[in-house]
Amino acid sequence: MTQDGELRAAVAAGVLGSEQAHAALLQSIVEVARAIFGAQAASIFLLDEAADELVFEAVAGEGEGELVGRRFPSGTGVAGWVLVTRQPLALDDLGKDRRFARDAAESTGYVPKALMAVPLLHDERALGVLEVLDPPEGSPFGLEEMELLGLFAGQAAIALDLLQRARRAKTVLDGGDDALAAVARLTAALAGREDDAGLRLLAALEAVLTQK
Amino acid sequence: MSVRAYPAWSLRRERAQAIAIDREPAEVVTREWALGGATGDGVSVCILDSGIEAGHPLVGEVASAVAVSLEGEEIRVEEDREGDACGHGTACAGIVRAVAPGAALHSVRVLGAGSTGSGEVLLAGLRYAVEQGFDVVNMSLSTTRRRFVEVLHELADTAYFRRTAIVASAHNMPVESFPWRFSSVLSVGSHDLPDPLAWYANPEPPVEFFARGVDVDVAWLGGGSLRCTGNSFATPHLAAICALVLSKHRELAPFQLKSVLYQTAANVGGGQ
Repeated sequence: MTQDGELRAAVAAGVLGSEQAHAALLQSIVEVARAIFGAQAASIFLLDEAADELVFEAVAGEGEGELVGRRFPSGTGVAGWVLVTRQPLALDDLGKDRRFARDAAESTGYVPKALMAVPLLHDERALGVLEVLDPPEGSPFGLEEMELLGLFAGQAAIALDLLQRARRAKTVLDGGDDALAAVARLTAALAGREDDAGLRLLAALEAVLTQK
Repeated sequence: MSVRAYPAWSLRRERAQAIAIDREPAEVVTREWALGGATGDGVSVCILDSGIEAGHPLVGEVASAVAVSLEGEEIRVEEDREGDACGHGTACAGIVRAVAPGAALHSVRVLGAGSTGSGEVLLAGLRYAVEQGFDVVNMSLSTTRRRFVEVLHELADTAYFRRTAIVASAHNMPVESFPWRFSSVLSVGSHDLPDPLAWYANPEPPVEFFARGVDVDVAWLGGGSLRCTGNSFATPHLAAICALVLSKHRELAPFQLKSVLYQTAANVGGGQ
């Protein structure tokens, strides 16, 4: 492997590692959310803006291990409501509505009797949705639970933002053809040179660009 | 020089009689005075949302329906023939119909066509609603995009001066959202009492009022219903209460309407 290749591999490994760490953080959030509410399942959806779809990023309980990576249109279903309105909500007594059951089954593979959903907002963006499905019998989702879920949402949104940043960095390192990728390649090429001519050129360029 | 019916910037003493407002002064503002016997008749309520399902038994007649969309850079407002793609607007419309059965429901669809471009569409929809002069605009939604705030603020102020009451959902997220934080709109959170005509004035704004928002049976797509909790459902309760008050007191501007709602709120003596 060339020195350039080694550098790229090293940086990529760091980014890959951070993506795994952030995915583990998301998983931990849904597991804690599920435990605190005594729910059957909890999940986090990420909004894929380019495809305009919601993607399962983390699932605890029902559907764990099967649903991660599954996608559905961002404007549909309860998660879609929450995403576009930026409003948290809870639904109860879902069993009686067959249409809802069909929608839910298509998007989650599991038909809940009750659910709570909250948008994941970071800075100005809606990054996704956090859902908690089916509380224990006799403990419906009320205002207190909605408030608590809102607090979780803040944490989940930060984790989701970090995950997206790690993925974008990886895309750049993988040789995307945008301007950032060119900078990354240039940096890697400079670091691979024996002499410091390139670095001196960059220092001169920096001095020109930052001159007041 | 022509004489205006109403003065715009100043008032000469001999014109004072010309702006007398035709109403009986209330000795005490009670709930009975505010909305006793009212149905919302003659008041228009706009649901700025995902559309309204036509012919839903819990919604009934929809007086008008338009869809706002973004085609490239161009905003289009067209007659809406699709109804409601996701159900949220139908849910809000059903609540207004239940609480203020005489009000005319109008639908402006700004949601449902995916999540991109939603800020521009939301602004265009609100601008259309304000231009139409609807009496009440229900906004069970908000935006977090700061670049829309200035225009949204101006629109909310224009609505305020044109006597359009914007009723907007508050939320408890750790991120600022709009327009509910503006003082020119009525912002709504949820209480968990089962009474659709109970509302509370919050002594600690920015959330100004609490209305019924827990375990509400709302209209759902396909003619059905669903039990929902959230400020999205508290908001149409207060919008409908506004319609009831306005149907008895057409002269009230939004800030006077707020005062009446404050004076008749359950925690301010309920007007007793």
